Amino acid sequence: MKLTSEQLIDLSVGAAFLGTGGGGDPYVGRLMVQQCLDEGLSVEIVSPEDLDDDMLVIPTAMMGAPTVLVEKIPSGEEAIFSLQRLERHLGRKASATMPIEIGGINSTIPLVVGARLGLPVVDADGMGRAFPFLEMETFGVYGVPGSPLAVSDEDGDCALIEAIDNRQMEWLARAVAIRMGGSAYIAEYAMSGADVKRTAVPNTLTLAIRIGEVLRRARQSHENPIEALIGFLPNTLYRYGRVIFAGKIVDVLRETKAGFAIGRVRIEGIAPFTSAMEIEIQNENLIARVDGKVKAIVPDLICIMNTETAEPITSENLRYGQRVTVIAVSVPEIMRTPKALNVFGPACFGLKEPFIPIEQIG
Amino acid sequence: MRIGIDVGGTNTDAALMDGPVVLGACKSPTTSDVSSGIVAVLKQVLAMTGVPASAIRAVMIGTTHFTNAVVERKRLLEVAAVRLGLPATKALPPMTDWPRDLADTLGRHTFMVHGGNEFDGRQIAPLDEAEIVRIAGEIRRRGLRAASITSVFSPVTPDMELRAAEILRDIVPDLSISLSHEIGRVGFLERENASVMNASLADLSRKVVSSFRNALKELSIHAPFYISQNDGTLMVPDYVERYPVLTFASGPTNSMRGAATLAGEKDAMVIDIGGTTSDVGMLMNGFPRESAVAVDIGGVRTNFRMPDVLAVGLGGGSIVRDEGDRIGPDSVGYEITSRSLVFGGDTMTATDIVVAAGLEDIGDRSRVAHIPARTIEKALDTIHKLADSAVDRMKTSADPLPVILVGGGSILISRDLPSASKVIRPENAPVANAIGAAIAQVGGEIDRIFSLEGTSRDIVLGGAKDEASERALKAGAQEGTVKVIDIEEVPLAYLPGSATRIRVKAVGDLAVK
Repeated sequence: MKLTSEQLIDLSVGAAFLGTGGGGDPYVGRLMVQQCLDEGLSVEIVSPEDLDDDMLVIPTAMMGAPTVLVEKIPSGEEAIFSLQRLERHLGRKASATMPIEIGGINSTIPLVVGARLGLPVVDADGMGRAFPFLEMETFGVYGVPGSPLAVSDEDGDCALIEAIDNRQMEWLARAVAIRMGGSAYIAEYAMSGADVKRTAVPNTLTLAIRIGEVLRRARQSHENPIEALIGFLPNTLYRYGRVIFAGKIVDVLRETKAGFAIGRVRIEGIAPFTSAMEIEIQNENLIARVDGKVKAIVPDLICIMNTETAEPITSENLRYGQRVTVIAVSVPEIMRTPKALNVFGPACFGLKEPFIPIEQIG
Repeated sequence: MRIGIDVGGTNTDAALMDGPVVLGACKSPTTSDVSSGIVAVLKQVLAMTGVPASAIRAVMIGTTHFTNAVVERKRLLEVAAVRLGLPATKALPPMTDWPRDLADTLGRHTFMVHGGNEFDGRQIAPLDEAEIVRIAGEIRRRGLRAASITSVFSPVTPDMELRAAEILRDIVPDLSISLSHEIGRVGFLERENASVMNASLADLSRKVVSSFRNALKELSIHAPFYISQNDGTLMVPDYVERYPVLTFASGPTNSMRGAATLAGEKDAMVIDIGGTTSDVGMLMNGFPRESAVAVDIGGVRTNFRMPDVLAVGLGGGSIVRDEGDRIGPDSVGYEITSRSLVFGGDTMTATDIVVAAGLEDIGDRSRVAHIPARTIEKALDTIHKLADSAVDRMKTSADPLPVILVGGGSILISRDLPSASKVIRPENAPVANAIGAAIAQVGGEIDRIFSLEGTSRDIVLGGAKDEASERALKAGAQEGTVKVIDIEEVPLAYLPGSATRIRVKAVGDLAVK
């Protein structure tokens, strides 16, 4: 499938939704892809099923602070350089690239790489949403090592990291990213087509496009976009979604711990919802509670949307007084196994509550 | 005594004030030369109050002129858009994502040069001065008269923009140069967009400012004059000549600030009811709460601070349906004087309802005598529910706040609103804009990313506050009146290095001699 400009806009809306509050605004990424399309380049999206088992796929991404990225716009070559550096190291050419994270800006970076290098982009990713750390990938959960990782800046500086495990890789890469100015571009989790089929969350690029499209069409035909979205989910791997709360934001609390934006938002219910919902945030929305009772918990998606416009609201844009609707969505089974929960389940974020699938919460 | 003037697209309003007291206010049509409209309205207000021109100590002007020029793509200069940031930023050249016609109007003269800084002040690349010299030659060759310079992280480190401007000015002495760090905050594309638009307004801003100057001279008003900017604070004319974009959206801000003064409230909700819509906003500490989202001006994305205003479809011309169950959102608009029932038309509007209810006497009352009492009652109920829910939506807490009604449509609200502690209908509400301009203060703001490494939050915050206050003084604030009114700290997500974006705003009373 060749990506169109309209799909690109839908994608950036869907990616913001799947970002569950984090992942960075896809705006700059969208413009970069659009720039490629304007130059006559094309973005070819391929289904993971169509990959040869022995072909090499190298995922690409941005890491660091989206706040820096919106000021230091990339040259557009950083991620390409990382991918090529990794190819040299591995002694093999990549046949495709792929997102590591579908939520937020990282849904778009591989599209730029694909367009510029003429490589197809695999319709899949390793997070199925947004997460704050590079080790939080289904790739790693099911045995694909993240290393070697290449991280580059706009000057052409590149560091190659071979770490003992994916967590250590994340730790070292982040230190380099800071020295590179706070945002840097990576290639990592190089894997075979067979590994993609086995370990990736499939069809998430097209899912993000479809989410954006469903919201857009509902808005155009004056239907309720949030209802339309929930009606659409059963046709996808994210089978189940429901509105878990609707109300008005009455408190937003923010602080930093070890460079991460920790926060809590309190939403006072509007009928039929009573009492108040509290959502804990660590860049992304982690857990939603009403009167101390868990209503949804990571890795299931907790999306805060503007009730009026059905636009996803990112954590930094949450404000007092906003009317919001909170939607919880079940993530695919591949993200809910004990192995997966060991890597990005509630305990990995310091939460005491165990994971309970959204379908089983009353 | 001060005079506030609001130069709108249709009307020019003036209000003459003695301290917080409005001595007189009037309206006059805006003229194409701006100047004669101002002269007319000033003559009127001086005549009606009997105040001599010599007693005026300051004149404050709010204008939508520059916004309109961009929206209409008129009276704009071609601009050399110079960017310092290579090898970064190359992916998106200047004016990416602009409406085609506006980019064409400005000539698409874009230049990308090595330079720029990191968030912590390090250089991305040294400034390539030879490249700047070459661009200066190109500017002369193409006969351009305006340029913008935008450097990566210039709100943190402005040096390269300053140096590049120096080089350009040496070679092209009469070039109008807009520097992005003077205009916007962190957020590169939005700041660059604003700087390019600013440069394109260089000619118009000189003309408009001189027409203001001439109007005052003609009436022998020798007091200094100021122009209000989007956050409700004032700029001196020289500054507006250089930075006209800072006037964008000063209108809604002035109207809300004017409402605050008229009502004598600092924390309140304001409903500005017009013919088609009601704009609802919140005053915190006398200033409008600002919107957090990107604002489009003439189709171009910017990151100006604009008041957070909710527009709902309730106005004097709103159409009444379903026996009063439904009001608006559509309106007969300016055709109210021909289409509403009281003016002989056939469409039932919100205005017809208040006349039928005997609350106002407008037009021909007999023409609404047939409306059943039940419909009147239900429609009034719907109107108040619409207003109340809009107020409730914009409030930041459940505590009731006073609600201030301004605008011509404010006659629609006759009852208390459950979300309001009280409903205030101030006198002179139709000229709230001009009053907002007259009472404006001067401000200083900083918005930067600070590294907290090797220092403490208190030291950084203290420095930021001092700097904002200093800027307010520099802008003309009276010593001793400057207060920090807003502090915002946003830690940089995903970046463990103690970098925090801090924004501090300070304001003070205008020092009037």
